Amino acid sequence: MADTMELRDIEVWDGNMAAAQALRQAQVDVVAAYPITPSTPIVEGYATFKANGYVDGEFVMVESEHAAMSGCIGAAAAGGRVATATSSQGFALMVETLYSASGMRLPIILNVVNRAIGAPLNVNGDHSDMYMGRDSGWIQLDAYNPQHAYDLNFIAFKVAEDHDVRLPAMVHQDGFMTSHTAQGVCTLSDEVAYNFVGEFQPMNDMLDLDHPVTHGVQTEEDWHFEHKARQQHALMTAVMPKIEAAFAEFEALTGRKYNVVETYQMDDAQTAVICMGTSVETAMEVVDELRAQGIKAGVVGIRVFRPWPLEQLAEILKNVKAIGTLDRSSPHGTVGTLYNEIAGSLFNTGVKAVLNNYIYGLGGRDLTKAHLVGIYQDLQANAESGTLTTPLQQYIGLRGPKLSFF
Amino acid sequence: MSEIKKIKNLKEFSTSADRFEGANLLCPGCAHSIIVREVLNATNDDLILSASTGCLEVCTAVYPYTSWDASWIHIGFENGSTAVAGAEAMYKALKTKGRLKQPDRVPKFVAFGGDGATYDIGFQWISGCFERGHNMMYVCLDNEVYANTGGQRSSSTPIGSSATTSPAGRVSYGEKQNKKDMLAIMAAHGAPYVAQVAPNKWKDMVAKIQKGFAAEGPVYINAMSACTTEWKFAPEDTIAISDLATDSLVFPLYEIINGSELNITYRPKNIVPVRDYLGAQGRFKHLFTKQYEYLLDEWQTRVDAKWVQLQRREEARV
Ligand SMILES: Cc1ncc(C[n+]2csc(CCOP(=O)(O)OP(=O)(O)O)c2C)c(N)n1
Ligand code: SF4
Ligand SMILES: [Mg+2]
Repeated sequence: MADTMELRDIEVWDGNMAAAQALRQAQVDVVAAYPITPSTPIVEGYATFKANGYVDGEFVMVESEHAAMSGCIGAAAAGGRVATATSSQGFALMVETLYSASGMRLPIILNVVNRAIGAPLNVNGDHSDMYMGRDSGWIQLDAYNPQHAYDLNFIAFKVAEDHDVRLPAMVHQDGFMTSHTAQGVCTLSDEVAYNFVGEFQPMNDMLDLDHPVTHGVQTEEDWHFEHKARQQHALMTAVMPKIEAAFAEFEALTGRKYNVVETYQMDDAQTAVICMGTSVETAMEVVDELRAQGIKAGVVGIRVFRPWPLEQLAEILKNVKAIGTLDRSSPHGTVGTLYNEIAGSLFNTGVKAVLNNYIYGLGGRDLTKAHLVGIYQDLQANAESGTLTTPLQQYIGLRGPKLSFF
Repeated sequence: MSEIKKIKNLKEFSTSADRFEGANLLCPGCAHSIIVREVLNATNDDLILSASTGCLEVCTAVYPYTSWDASWIHIGFENGSTAVAGAEAMYKALKTKGRLKQPDRVPKFVAFGGDGATYDIGFQWISGCFERGHNMMYVCLDNEVYANTGGQRSSSTPIGSSATTSPAGRVSYGEKQNKKDMLAIMAAHGAPYVAQVAPNKWKDMVAKIQKGFAAEGPVYINAMSACTTEWKFAPEDTIAISDLATDSLVFPLYEIINGSELNITYRPKNIVPVRDYLGAQGRFKHLFTKQYEYLLDEWQTRVDAKWVQLQRREEARV
């Protein structure tokens, strides 16, 4: 039996410690991991818990991120709770196996501490790795601060391991801005946390020696499409209701309320910024200041990135006149991902909002309140004229002459 | 410790508990299937298996069918070793936590991979598994070529072999590099047991598999696997070609215990010339010209030197 750890009601944790503690409290059976900045402290923290008797599962320190996810897949197929953490280059190295994990319907939890992807090499936070995971068939939840990083891990286990879901899930947090920034985190006791997540219920487990199973088969044009369709069906129909139910249960337990799409001052908003990660809270502060000046601005934060909350967004945005989509990843040849996703969400709804796109914060560049004030000014002008008054895509916080496209 | 299965004769062996079905898509005469059956039949214990992408995998688990009557997993080309290592870690975790469904049964963990999966793309993963000391057996089905994808070279492809990415042509005799010594590399990991086996020497093979299963820690088995399609010989000649391989000492049979103690386990009564082995296969056909006479001599010299080296190692007991 692993020792329980006495926690204060509020601990001062950074996002990495919050995630490591959540993995400990979920009593993960196998963690196979490889270190990379800025997610390394999750792995180190977990190793320290293990070394001090707070973890009785296996901790396998492998030789690469590809091996980390491969080991997680083998362990999950064997039948138990599995989790790991990574960032950036490590995430990129894992990509092949991410598709294997989801295609094999294995509920693995991956903490992704978001970081830029080289070249040029960069250790700081942006959303390039998170966006790279978009099509991999994983559930993607986004934390904006250490508290979220802690709470969303419990939600992730509960949803991913549900037998109606059986899909892997990523919990994202911003490199350094969340992962290395200590804040007060309201804790759950070990017992309460574990009970919320629940006992792992195996399914098609290789270690059930009386019922041998074959995992990871070959399918060609005869069955591949049906398999992928079934996976999409689970992701599209089973996941959102389970997430909403888990959020509700978590709120009843802790008083902390999460939503598939987070909104701030959106009831009567004429302009809205849509973003992810730490930027959501910065935008909220700016909205407070704008509201004090009588400007009807709001913020939309994506909490569930995959599956994409298309209908919820269409509803939330139906009365907004101008929307700025903020992408912390270089789109390399097109509009930003959030621009595309929001445009797709609104296209058939009759909403006539003016939509534009900001690329910001690459490689950990700060997004300042002044940047956001400028963005809301653009949006206000767009809202008033009912048309784009700026280029469609603008780079924010970039040195040198202004850069914009479309 | 589970009991070692006793096997009296080939007839009994070939009909004992069958967890790898004859219903598979491997070519008629494919040695992979013979090796897999011999490995699986060497034990009555429960098995948790993996395969890397390659002929064995694509021919035995085509949805909605499976040839495996034991738990089996495939992830990709490079990570069959780590797939089983992950399962082994889960076994340990559930044992510690008292959650095994059949706590009295101790399964064996076995990964199968081709030479491409082993010598090339999966090398790092295997090295990692061995360094960490997982309780598992890794069996390389060594047919010296990427057979599944149509016969491209691997770092196990021997000199002079014509592979599709190292083809023999007007100005080339085919593969230029010598085969990598995977057994030495795996022994250097300090593995408790490393051995080369061949399906035609089934008693030797079963003895080694059983030794491997009895060892604590990671075990590496290099299994010579004659490939009718890529080596280019008639499907009914698999065992005859395999006999030539072991009797010419191109594939010497030996074991290395704890990274040092080397034992030769088969000494042919009549050593056949390497030429006889090479000449029986289409992949070496182009070497039998005046121009490449010297390569055939070099082949013999290399095989002789290796045999001398193995005997010296055996005598030295280090
Ligand atoms: C990452 C990756 N690279 C390449 C391939 C293509 N591929 C599949 S099997 C194979 C060759 C397998 O050769 P080997 O391991 O020797 O097994 P064999 O088929 O000869 O038994 C290759 C190149 C792949 N599936 N995955
Ligand atoms: S190509 Fe060779 S290894 Fe592959 S199934 Fe045929 S005989 Fe076996
Ligand atoms: Mg091969």
